[in-house]
Amino acid sequence: MLFLLAILVGVLYGAAVYLLLRRNIFKLVLGLIFLGHATNLLLFVAGGLTSGFPAFLRNVPGETERMADPLPQALILTAIVIGLGVTAFALVLVYRFYSVTKTVDLDELSENE
Amino acid sequence: MNIGLLLIALLILAFLAPFTRRYLGNAAGWIFAIIPFMGFVWFLGLLPEINQGEIFTDRYRWLPAYGIDFSFYIDGLSVLFSLLVLGIGTFILIYAGYYMKTYPMKGRFMGYLVLFMASMVGVVVAGNLITIFVFWELTSISSYLLIGYNHEKPEARGAALQALLITGFGGLALLGGFVLMGIPYGDYELSTLFSDPEAIRSSSLYLPALILVLIGAFTKSAQFPFHFWLPGAMAAPSPVSAYLHSATMVKAGVFLLARLNPVLGGTETWYYLLSIFGVTTMFVGAWLSITQTDLKRILAYTTVSALGTLVLLIGTGTEYAINAAIVFLLVHALYKGTLFMMAGNIEKKTGTRDITKLGGLFKYMPFAAIIMVLALVSMAGIPPMLGFIGKELIYEAKSNAPDAHWFILIAGFLTNVILVFLSLRLALDVFWGKEPAYEKKPVEPNLALILGPFFLVLVSFVLGLFPSTMANPLTSQAIMAISPGMAAIKLKIWHGFNLVLGLSALTVALGIVTFKYRYKVIAFAERVNLKYFKQEFSRIFFRLIDKFLIVTKEQTKTIQHGYHRYYLMTVFVVASVLVWIQIWNADPVVLELNFSEMPLNLVAVVVLIIAATISAVVSHSRVVALIAMGVIGFGITIIFIAYSGVDLAITMVLVETLMIILAMAVLYHLPKYVKYSDTGDRMRDTLVATLVGSFMMVLVLQAGSTVVEEPISEFFKQASYTEAFGRNIVNVILVDFRALDTLGEITVIAVAALGIYSMIKLTQKNKL
Repeated sequence: MLFLLAILVGVLYGAAVYLLLRRNIFKLVLGLIFLGHATNLLLFVAGGLTSGFPAFLRNVPGETERMADPLPQALILTAIVIGLGVTAFALVLVYRFYSVTKTVDLDELSENE
Repeated sequence: MNIGLLLIALLILAFLAPFTRRYLGNAAGWIFAIIPFMGFVWFLGLLPEINQGEIFTDRYRWLPAYGIDFSFYIDGLSVLFSLLVLGIGTFILIYAGYYMKTYPMKGRFMGYLVLFMASMVGVVVAGNLITIFVFWELTSISSYLLIGYNHEKPEARGAALQALLITGFGGLALLGGFVLMGIPYGDYELSTLFSDPEAIRSSSLYLPALILVLIGAFTKSAQFPFHFWLPGAMAAPSPVSAYLHSATMVKAGVFLLARLNPVLGGTETWYYLLSIFGVTTMFVGAWLSITQTDLKRILAYTTVSALGTLVLLIGTGTEYAINAAIVFLLVHALYKGTLFMMAGNIEKKTGTRDITKLGGLFKYMPFAAIIMVLALVSMAGIPPMLGFIGKELIYEAKSNAPDAHWFILIAGFLTNVILVFLSLRLALDVFWGKEPAYEKKPVEPNLALILGPFFLVLVSFVLGLFPSTMANPLTSQAIMAISPGMAAIKLKIWHGFNLVLGLSALTVALGIVTFKYRYKVIAFAERVNLKYFKQEFSRIFFRLIDKFLIVTKEQTKTIQHGYHRYYLMTVFVVASVLVWIQIWNADPVVLELNFSEMPLNLVAVVVLIIAATISAVVSHSRVVALIAMGVIGFGITIIFIAYSGVDLAITMVLVETLMIILAMAVLYHLPKYVKYSDTGDRMRDTLVATLVGSFMMVLVLQAGSTVVEEPISEFFKQASYTEAFGRNIVNVILVDFRALDTLGEITVIAVAALGIYSMIKLTQKNKL
């Protein structure tokens, strides 16, 4: 499964890079979202795959040996929330950008200068 | 009193100067001169102990880890230079206080002068290469400020910039040289260097270090082909020319060569480099002065010539040469300081420095005339002035040079003939001869203006009359500091009839002859210059600077093109190449394809995500793209659930839903997709994307098989309930163990929300 998920991470990064290189500013934001997904998944997969054992203590002291690693999950959780903040901000920025410049083409912006 | 206190006192004075001038008026010069004069007396008091062979050192910790300390090393050489800097400086401040009285912002001017004085003393007493460098650069900066003092004049600004760029370039080279010199020692202390000169001389770093240090010294001391900034620097007011650009700062390069002679000197490379540049500068400087008519520019070119002579003598390195170098250094500082101050006086009293417009000044200012003529006698090398002894020694040294001494001797002879010629010209054509119509009647300069020239000439005269009792004690330790083991030669006026005396007589005779036919000589020199020196170095320099600016502008335009996607592409491509190289060199990943570990439902989810990704990227419809984004987000949620990331899954569901709604809302206001790129662009971008995606994939596989460090998660698992009383460990980490991080995260969200709110508000207001 690691192999398959590695491919998935690769595809997500590839899509992020491809979209970041577009001229349409909306696609740029899609690229950012992809970048977030890809990185979250990268951390998750790199932290080790454990199926069926969430980091939850049923009994104390309970068995923790096979439990999923909670640290990467905590990091990803933070990343997801901050990702939401960044994406929301970027989306509104795009909206504002368009209402000021009346274009979504980034090249036009640098040519106008 | 010690040297640190003196420097601090001077620096404080420099920073106070701009504010005090208002209260002190014209007396400022006299009051400012007190501190340098005290310093002068203090150094004079050191002389008996220095002559016992004592060396004063002092050391303050600065960056001990790098062997860089703020240290002082005061030997005979430092004392001689400090006496010159502070002694002449005392008179210069008095002179400047009166000379500058009609200029605006004279307080600042005095401050710059004192700042320079402090930095120059710093250079000569510093005991660490890096300390020397710091003060060295300070002299360049104060020189820049002083040359550009009349900053409304474009030529003053240009000259200042030129001087700064050239000496600054030299300074950088010097720093490089110093760093290289420090490598074999692991230390930059002069005392360490002196204790074992072989360490650098036999090292392979010797040649690069030497060349870099020489660039530093040659630019500072205006050696050919860097000589042209010095005549340009004459745009500065006369006190600056008299002080920085003749007597002291330009000697810093010579000082450095003298200072490092025990370490870097004594090799063939040293000898040839210094001799060749020295002899060229000596002759070219003298030659170019013939056709000049501006009093200060004539003096500037002879200064270039004198600096060449000094470099040549230090390079020659024989006992006679080192003796001659030190004596000539003293001689030159004394007469050139005088001449520049007098040039300033003449300009002040007559309104011009053009010698073709001067004449017959003797009857207006006889006292000043006598002083200037005595200085010129010293320059021509005629007894009884100290200049005579200096010139005799130089001839002696040149005729005994180890190699090519005939060539050096002839070049030196011609140079001296030109000096005699110029001395006659400056004396006879300015103070006697035809008198032009002066706008107002010139008068004798007042006490403040004449005091400096008078004392310097007096010193030169007394030292010339009693060389062995007065001049020897001043110079003997400096000579030993340059070349340990060499002794000071007993200076005397009369050497008996020999080759040197014959040469001197011939020099004077030929000088008189050339002066007699001066108009023919000048015309001849002009013809030669027109033919061979057509291009002025200074103009070439500015053209180079202009070219350089054009190139950098073009280069900036190419690199900073303003297209975000090419910036990103550069980052992506460079990063992928670097990572791929790393992957290539790393151990190969062992892939274990175990199909039993691949639940079919999860495989389906992964395939679905990949399909959605492709459709999100290539879709022409924005809505389809957004729906695909939703599929991807929820697909990843399922993967989180499958591998025990329950909290992640919950958050993801919320965040994804919110994100899609928000994107839809924004999308409503945006125009439809338009095709911006052609197939070629897309192929290229696909390639870049594949490069990045593939290395990320390999990294994930590598990460799965690599454990670098024992995870710290075990602590969280154990402590979660016992210390934080929570069973959901991920939650406990977020709100307890790493609570501050979460606080930061909340802040980010709050800031983003504020930003969004204000942007939307702004848009609505614009619409109204």
